[in-house]
Amino acid sequence: MANLASNFVGIKSPNPFWLASAPPTDKAYNVVRAFKDGWGGVVWKTLGTDPPVVNVSGPRYGAIHSNDRRLIGLNNIELITDRPLEINLREIKEVKRDWPDRALVVSLMVPCEEHYWKDILAKVEETEADGVELNFGCPHGMSERGMGAAVGQVPEYIEMVTRWCKQHTRMPVIVKLTPNISDIRNPARAAHSGGADAVSLINTINSIIGVDIDNFAPIPTVDGKGSHGGYCGPAVKPIALNMTAEIARDPQTRDLPISGIGGITTWRDAVEFMALGAGNVQVCTAAMTYGFRIVQDMITGLSEYMDKHGFTSVDEIVGRAVGNVTDWKYLNLNYVAKAVIDQDSCIKCGRCHIACEDTSHQAITSMLDGKRHFEVIDAECVGCNLCVSVCPVENCITMEQMTEGVDPRTGMPISNEYANWTTHKNNPMAQAAAVVEPAE
Amino acid sequence: MPSHLPGIASGRLSPDEYAANFLDIHPPLDHHQAVVEADRCYFCYDAPCVKACPTSIDIPLFIRQIMTDNPIGSAETILSQNILGGMCARVCPTETLCEEACVREEAEGKPVKIGLLQRYATDVLMDERGEQPFERADSTGKRVAVVGAGPAGLAAAHRLAMHGHDVVIYDAREKAGGLNEYGIAAYKAPDDFAQKEVDFVLSIGGITVEHGKAIGRDVSLSDLRNSYDAVFLGMGLAGVNALGLENEDLDGIADAVDYIADLRQATDLSTLPVGARVVVVGGGMTAIDVAVQSKRLGAKDVTLVYRRGQEKMGASGYEQDLAQTDGVVIRHNAKPKSLVTEAGRVTGIEFEETLEDGGRLVGTGVTFTLPADTVFKAIGQTLVPAALNGSAETIALDGGKIRVDDERRTTLPGVWAGGDCAATGEDLTVAAVADGRIAAESIHRALSSVAA
Ligand SMILES: Cc1cc2nc3c(=O)[nH]c(=O)nc-3n(C[C@H](O)[C@H](O)[C@H](O)COP(=O)(O)OP(=O)(O)OC[C@H]3O[C@@H](n4cnc5c(N)ncnc54)[C@H](O)[C@@H]3O)c2cc1C
Ligand SMILES: Cc1cc2nc3c(=O)[nH]c(=O)nc-3n(C[C@H](O)[C@H](O)[C@H](O)COP(=O)(O)O)c2cc1C
Ligand code: SF4
Ligand code: SF4
Ligand code: SF4
Repeated sequence: MANLASNFVGIKSPNPFWLASAPPTDKAYNVVRAFKDGWGGVVWKTLGTDPPVVNVSGPRYGAIHSNDRRLIGLNNIELITDRPLEINLREIKEVKRDWPDRALVVSLMVPCEEHYWKDILAKVEETEADGVELNFGCPHGMSERGMGAAVGQVPEYIEMVTRWCKQHTRMPVIVKLTPNISDIRNPARAAHSGGADAVSLINTINSIIGVDIDNFAPIPTVDGKGSHGGYCGPAVKPIALNMTAEIARDPQTRDLPISGIGGITTWRDAVEFMALGAGNVQVCTAAMTYGFRIVQDMITGLSEYMDKHGFTSVDEIVGRAVGNVTDWKYLNLNYVAKAVIDQDSCIKCGRCHIACEDTSHQAITSMLDGKRHFEVIDAECVGCNLCVSVCPVENCITMEQMTEGVDPRTGMPISNEYANWTTHKNNPMAQAAAVVEPAE
Repeated sequence: MPSHLPGIASGRLSPDEYAANFLDIHPPLDHHQAVVEADRCYFCYDAPCVKACPTSIDIPLFIRQIMTDNPIGSAETILSQNILGGMCARVCPTETLCEEACVREEAEGKPVKIGLLQRYATDVLMDERGEQPFERADSTGKRVAVVGAGPAGLAAAHRLAMHGHDVVIYDAREKAGGLNEYGIAAYKAPDDFAQKEVDFVLSIGGITVEHGKAIGRDVSLSDLRNSYDAVFLGMGLAGVNALGLENEDLDGIADAVDYIADLRQATDLSTLPVGARVVVVGGGMTAIDVAVQSKRLGAKDVTLVYRRGQEKMGASGYEQDLAQTDGVVIRHNAKPKSLVTEAGRVTGIEFEETLEDGGRLVGTGVTFTLPADTVFKAIGQTLVPAALNGSAETIALDGGKIRVDDERRTTLPGVWAGGDCAATGEDLTVAAVADGRIAAESIHRALSSVAA
């Protein structure tokens, strides 16, 4: 069993798996159950000012399912905690006292005036919580009131509020970012400038998850009407991964710790986030789908993975893939790969053929000597990986690099030299100088 | 529980046992099961399952339509190729047709459940929509006679009616449906599905059925040729092969198809007599069906004896397994030698063991005798060519069946044939439907070009 202990901006937890601020962390009852099942930490459900908000009493969630009703994406219109501040603070204090080895961070969202933040920070400090997370992400309801994503979409506000918070508390300040912006680097830079100890991302994505096509209203429908909500769950992971990587490789924020959130469901998802720069991870939808016990697989899975790679600390994973994230223009245009079909495992469904034939490069046969037969025509194959993506048989089609000879498609000899777009002859802005490699 | 009443007796089981034994053998899929199963289909290019379906239903398309919650569209895809898609979903030996060809059979030995999905979609259409999705074209004024209201005749009549021709079906029996009504095992199509489907098919309009009218008896082929613009023969195989033994006409020996017809028509299975010890001679679907149904009616010992090896049996591996699971004993490589009789009835049957000598069957001289209250003959049905007599010209046969070309034209001008009576593919419901549709299209082309 590898040592999974995590230290994220000075906040210690026995493993890097935290529950994100959401219903699973709304009260002591849930949080204690989570800790009993092994979660390393929690970010308490976002606190606000009294009187508390009210939630709708009808449906809050909508979902995208696979045919077997596996939940792929979840959408919600829930607000921040709807319980009185005092009760939450009391419970936070009790839980932290009873579970000193677990991380307990408190999420906050109050109006954009300094005294509100100063006030609530003082109250949170009394609970002995390990840190605070500023919720600048909630995309529905709260944003209509000038909070949540309404702040997170304006870098100047992020910087201003972060600075207030750093001034008024000794606790680490994590700034939770909204993905509902065009370039995630701007809010991250703003948080950094404001003195944030870390950023966490992503909060949920603005979305309408579906439309009731008999009653003509968005889902979930509350008394005939629907409102856009926040999208989360497995479907959002690719978006969150990219945003994590963007921050991790941005020269201005590359040293800013990141708590990775968005669709994390398995230990593998967690490792991917960490490899792209996340110091730890937070989970919401997966717990809401399966209950807290999933963390047990996350723990053993991560441990096995670390043992296999000889990692002795989770920090060794963090950022390991960041150096390999680059811009398109730096990809090696001399790299040539061709799809290869393993005839023994091919079940002859023909999907690769029709995908390539109808929508790509006409590079896969359907017949050979009058028999159903699928084979790649190297002279047509551009190495795009579409066939691999659509083939139902694992590892049946692989992409094989050509390391010598001539590419039968272009007639060009295979070169082992690196050459990218910046110097390509078709690039009107090509630099005359030698190949430009990305800055380290 | 088989009762121990000796000899031939009815009422061997309790009412609950009869009901349980003749329930739907493959319970239908519910909505969720159908959608999940549909999701297993890869939507293959040039799908091998379609090629393996005699009626060439666009299987990937209809399965996709189930997956997207469009079961009515799915049923239309099915029925446009096979108007008896509901019955075929129940009776097709899918394990030797579409499902055998499914790429998931090759991949993992678990084909997509095409038959059950087909049933799901057609059930939704028939139960929820009720009416069929096809309409008649404007009347052409042409009249076509169809002989036989079995799958071949019904499929031909429906397609002809769709094209606007007026159709009269002549059937020797009181009920339409052919072997769907009188032959298919009871547990494959319970709840009077055959008649529901006949009504569904006929609801297109333009088709009249003359029940109890046999050609060769009540009307002749030459009459039909004279009074109609075209004739389609779909009369199936009305004759039954004999064992060629002495005393075959005594009590205690019966034709399997007749017994099955009685079973299918029985309103109360407890009134149907069945032997305590039953011996079935044959190796095809009929043999299996009579053996299994005898067992399910409460027969104590049922033995099926086939003259060649297991691999030669006409019944599919699945059907053989079904029989064995039901407790039928299957013996291979033995042929009937003589009937044992006592007081004017058959009480047993003697077999001689066989060997295959380069495909030729030879007796080894070793014999054994099985006691039996009932011996069922299930060694094949035959065309009764006499029914076709009365024409000035005679129709050409091929191996005892009516010779037809690709379009199901016989050697007589203006006469088409299909289904079991024609020398086409296998004797299967779905093959009969395919023949009927192909012949109807050919008839339609012929009648249209005459008009032009
Ligand atoms: C016991 C048994 C079980 C079977 N089980 C299956 C199964 O599970 N799955 C499967 O796919 N296939 C099965 N088959 C085969 C299938 O039933 C036939 O292939 C199919 O019914 C052939 O259709 P048809 O229209 O050609 O003939 P039939 O269904 O035989 O219909 C012929 C019709 O013509 C009528 N007719 C006959 N002679 C005359 C005449 N002289 N004048 C007027 N009308 C006449 C008959 O009354 C009948 O209605 C089974 C067959 C049998 C015998
Ligand atoms: C019902 C629900 C309520 C949420 N409430 C909050 C909240 O109060 N504060 C917050 O910062 N994030 C909130 N979130 C966002 C989650 O913390 C998390 O950022 C997001 O769901 C993405 O992670 P996931 O894909 O693991 O669910 C909520 C999410 C859901 C589903
Ligand atoms: S999850 Fe619980 S609270 Fe929510 S609708 Fe179902 S039963 Fe009610
Ligand atoms: S998609 Fe895969 S399994 Fe299907 S034909 Fe192509 S290589 Fe074979
Ligand atoms: S072969 Fe199987 S997987 Fe392919 S289309 Fe047919 S049913 Fe679907």
